[in-house]
Amino acid sequence: MAPAVLIQNLKKFYGKVQAVKDVSFQIQSGEIFGLLGPNGAGKTTTLRCLCSLATPDAGLIEVSGVSVQKYPKAARQLLGYIAQEVALDKVLTGRELLQLQAALYHLPAQAIRDRIHKVLTLLELQNWADTKTGTYSGGIRKRLDLAAGLLHEPTVLVLDEPTVGLDIESRVIIWDFLRELRQRGTTLLLTSHYLEEIDALADRVAIIDQGTVIAEGSPTELKDQVGGDRVTLKIREFTPDQEAKQAQAMTTALPFVQDVIINPAQGNSLNLVVSSQGDALLSIQTALKDAGLPIFSIAQARPSLDDVYLAATGRTLLDAEMAAASSRDLKKERKENMR
Amino acid sequence: MTTTPANPTPIASPAVQPDLLITPGILSSEFLQETLALTRRLFIQLQRRPTTLIAGIIQPLMWLVLFGALFKNVPPGLFGTSQSYGQFLSAGVIVFTAFSGALNAGLPVMFDREFGFLNRLLVAPLASRFSIVLASAAFITTLSLIQTLAIMALSFFMGAGLPNALGLGIVAVIVLLLVLGVTALSLGLSFALPGHIELIAVIFVTNLPLLFASTALVPLAFMPTWLQVVASLNPLSFAIEPIRYLYLHQDWSFASVVMQAPWGQVSLAGSLLLLFGFDAIALLGIQRLLYRRLS
Repeated sequence: MAPAVLIQNLKKFYGKVQAVKDVSFQIQSGEIFGLLGPNGAGKTTTLRCLCSLATPDAGLIEVSGVSVQKYPKAARQLLGYIAQEVALDKVLTGRELLQLQAALYHLPAQAIRDRIHKVLTLLELQNWADTKTGTYSGGIRKRLDLAAGLLHEPTVLVLDEPTVGLDIESRVIIWDFLRELRQRGTTLLLTSHYLEEIDALADRVAIIDQGTVIAEGSPTELKDQVGGDRVTLKIREFTPDQEAKQAQAMTTALPFVQDVIINPAQGNSLNLVVSSQGDALLSIQTALKDAGLPIFSIAQARPSLDDVYLAATGRTLLDAEMAAASSRDLKKERKENMR
Repeated sequence: MTTTPANPTPIASPAVQPDLLITPGILSSEFLQETLALTRRLFIQLQRRPTTLIAGIIQPLMWLVLFGALFKNVPPGLFGTSQSYGQFLSAGVIVFTAFSGALNAGLPVMFDREFGFLNRLLVAPLASRFSIVLASAAFITTLSLIQTLAIMALSFFMGAGLPNALGLGIVAVIVLLLVLGVTALSLGLSFALPGHIELIAVIFVTNLPLLFASTALVPLAFMPTWLQVVASLNPLSFAIEPIRYLYLHQDWSFASVVMQAPWGQVSLAGSLLLLFGFDAIALLGIQRLLYRRLS
């Protein structure tokens, strides 16, 4: 049985910029697959190539064994694509938009009414169906967009940042809905730069950075591979450089401590990687007390997906976000996404 | 940590029916279904936001009333065989209105590109993406015919008369031919230009100069020779002159000379051929561009 999605050595240039350097992954039927990475890592470009909105410069893309490059129409029939920006015609009502969508996917006339009723019920949109989409709130817009994407019952639903810019309540509704879709057997591919979203939803995840897949596996697997626990320590709320360095030298010397980094962005807090055995917190507390240093806060945690990203790239996802945000040319990106 | 997939077999799985791999063409029922749905969307927009249509009817009527009044007192016969300037002007206004409408055809498509709505159409398994272009053309053509009817009705009440029955048919054909060519160019621009600002700029710069360099407002004989050459090569004139002739002569034939260009005489049949030629050039011109952008 062919995988639901197969992407192999995908490369894509925009002019001289290589948006996707080398991306490969496989998605098995019925799983939720997450693509995690900072903005500008190449997630959207990968999805655009998969949905035949962009032509790859190299690589193989298949949906249920159908080559997207060779049989784009057959592949489009199998795919549902929910873009990051919801594009609705604000003059149409929700129902009219769904009717248009149904015709674009060539659903037979007698099936259209039933299918529309079904997706409206599924996303609890009945009360909104006959109002113009221009009056919708962000959450309702996204739900209608989802309904439209599901109308032709795609085998693979592709979602680009499905909850970006949504309120917490809508986000939870969409998460629950995506889980329910998987229950019904739909394969889902979603991108996100929210760690908790991928952690909560994805069965498997590929972490993508600067156009390359740097890690792949289930969230638990990836976190276990990084190993150790994370201790975040603040000597004071805002620790002077000298004290931070002193504490760094001291804690580095402890036998169970693997690594200590000073994070100037968080008031010189210390980020420690410690082996999971033994009582690390108590030993650190004792050591600091002996050296006469106070403790503002100290916390221990299992590694997160952010730590996986940090281990692979040497920077946190948030740092990468900030760096990407300052170097991004939004106007140029919009142009690339226009057809 | 990275896992690369083992050699996959790039063959179609049995989950996909073979007929799904066969591409339905533009003669399929799928093509009809999607074109109708896309056209329906444009008409729903028009019905809910009729301002453009209303403005598009009021504006030419204002032209007829105000511009007609401007030259009210010119000596009769100055504008060729026309009884009055109003009679002379109506053909010009019909053509100019259809022309401006068609020139704007690309704007909705441009907005669809900018707002990402076009992506919704492009990820769908359309039988042919030509349906997107055809829907716009069908919509604009209908609008132009409605506007033409309104202008003809008003100028009739203002005393300009009407062509005979077959003449009316020819007027419709001429308007359709012009609208088709200009719509094609505008749709081409909507894919070639980067945004709606640029498209509006091009429309703005083309619109009035093409009107003034045509026979819409004054006859060829009024113009200096260089402008006569320009105006007699302007597709607008190929549409205006035969319509004007049909208005003034009930006893027309396809061989009737409708325009005395500096480079020769143009018959009614000749002007129709020239319009066909214009359409052919416009369609061929955008074909490659649309093919590149839409496939």
